[in-house]
Amino acid sequence: MSVIFTAPLIVSGIAAVLAALISVLDMIVNNYGIVKIVINKGKKELEVKGGANLLQLLAGNKIFLPSACGGRGSCGACKCIVKSDVGPHLPTEIPYLTKEEMDVNTRLSCQVKVKKDIEIEIPDVLFNVKQFEGVVEKIKDITHDIKEVLISIGEEKIEFEAGMYVQLVVPPYGKIKGETQRAYSMSSTPSDKNHIEILVRLVPGGIATTYVHTELKEGQKIKVIGPFGDFHRSGTDAAMVCIAGGSGMAPFKAIFNDMYENKINNREVWYFFGARTGKDMFYLDELRELEKKWDKFHFVPALSEPEESDNWSGEKGLITAVLNSYLKEKISTETDREGYLCGSPGMITACKSVLTDNGIPLEKIYFDNFA
Amino acid sequence: MAPDINLVTLFIASIFTSNILLSNFLGMCSFISISKDMKSSNGLGLAVTVVLGFTGIINWLVLQYILIPFNLLYLRYIVFIIVIAATVQVLEMIIDRVSPALYMSLGIFLPLITVNCAILGAVLFIEIRKYNLMQTLFFSIGSGLGWWLAIMALSAIQKKLQNAPVPAGLKGPGITLITIGFMAMAFIGFSGMVNVQ
Repeated sequence: MSVIFTAPLIVSGIAAVLAALISVLDMIVNNYGIVKIVINKGKKELEVKGGANLLQLLAGNKIFLPSACGGRGSCGACKCIVKSDVGPHLPTEIPYLTKEEMDVNTRLSCQVKVKKDIEIEIPDVLFNVKQFEGVVEKIKDITHDIKEVLISIGEEKIEFEAGMYVQLVVPPYGKIKGETQRAYSMSSTPSDKNHIEILVRLVPGGIATTYVHTELKEGQKIKVIGPFGDFHRSGTDAAMVCIAGGSGMAPFKAIFNDMYENKINNREVWYFFGARTGKDMFYLDELRELEKKWDKFHFVPALSEPEESDNWSGEKGLITAVLNSYLKEKISTETDREGYLCGSPGMITACKSVLTDNGIPLEKIYFDNFA
Repeated sequence: MAPDINLVTLFIASIFTSNILLSNFLGMCSFISISKDMKSSNGLGLAVTVVLGFTGIINWLVLQYILIPFNLLYLRYIVFIIVIAATVQVLEMIIDRVSPALYMSLGIFLPLITVNCAILGAVLFIEIRKYNLMQTLFFSIGSGLGWWLAIMALSAIQKKLQNAPVPAGLKGPGITLITIGFMAMAFIGFSGMVNVQ
């Protein structure tokens, strides 16, 4: 036989034999049998097939830890405390953990492989997290790049506080293989327990945002996991200084509507919303309407680069500058003030320093980072 | 024809006089980068020794029973690399299951060994010098131990160097390379004693 045939045959033969050996060995060696996961000192016990990562095993048993990246170890959200010894922290976990967290053996659950019985601790609220099989009821274009998506969850009920978020489960589409999960704040009010509304801004190249903008149609089924998050209104009566940009509108829409519905009138609410031009601005009429009926609510929209055609009569300039002048001149310093921020990381950092410069302590500033 | 050399001599020679690291300068990258920490050095040394022991034998079998009979010696580089990668993978799985503690202490070093040139270098020496099976076994393990010894020696010296008054411009890789040079000279001093070729 010619060497042209034997050489590739033999090389691929060797590779094939080795690959087969590895996969057979993988089946034998990586079979850990049934292992037990004890959650919160026996509050819940799971019997699962060992060998997979903790995040997957918990999700398979309807316990959903927050995870924006879907288990790739790139978001650092799926933290939980592991009481058993599962070895030292991996290099993939260390960047997401503080020293205090490491001291109590907080781990990223997507990086912990369950090989034997383990004991873990998760916040009790996570037992409320459910996976909802929703149907898209309505998709509305609210600006040139933001869509308002209303998802009906039928008979099921979602219990949440205004400001919390859900994770949208994006099925494989086009060139994207495998499921992707992304976090979106709910803009629906908690009183409507059968719907989840989110605002999705198109991010060029974004897997989930592209899916929502190009593939998702009304009537289509979509999975949603939630609720998650600790961004919500505090119980004090300090004045709320809220700042948002783009789809950062979502949690505030929920918070304000919720406050108005429940007639919470013990505190001043200032809402600064920044956009670039008139075509990036939305919900103006609704929010101005709310301002009219609710005397403690003040809405300050600002455009940083208004165009002639916008006929803009509101505030002009960067939201940080507008915020600064209002904090100095209009917002009373007699009462306590709290900061609430939602938007891009750059906007949050800039607004945080404006707030602290004006005497609002860092621990009174709450934010949702849409990194 | 296999060279006429005593197994014990070959073993000692591959550890000391023909140390794969300090007389052939193979596996330098991990040697320099890992030697800062003694515990990691120990883990990596152990991993190199184990992997070299296994891949030496397996590659010798592949060489003698597949490559030479089919006259495919020119494919040895790619075949050796495939075998090394697969062996590392298999070892990783077995160690993970049998001894999690050892697996943890080897950590990231085990997969990194796939691209350690000391391993491929030793395998190629086995082919060039036409060792037989027993000689292959002793040479591979000896070379691994030699590499282990060298990295432990360097990390011990590095530890001492931390408190030494090193000129600012030479701190870090500079003084490490000079140290390796001295070590190599010391080891090359042995090189005339036994001829492993």
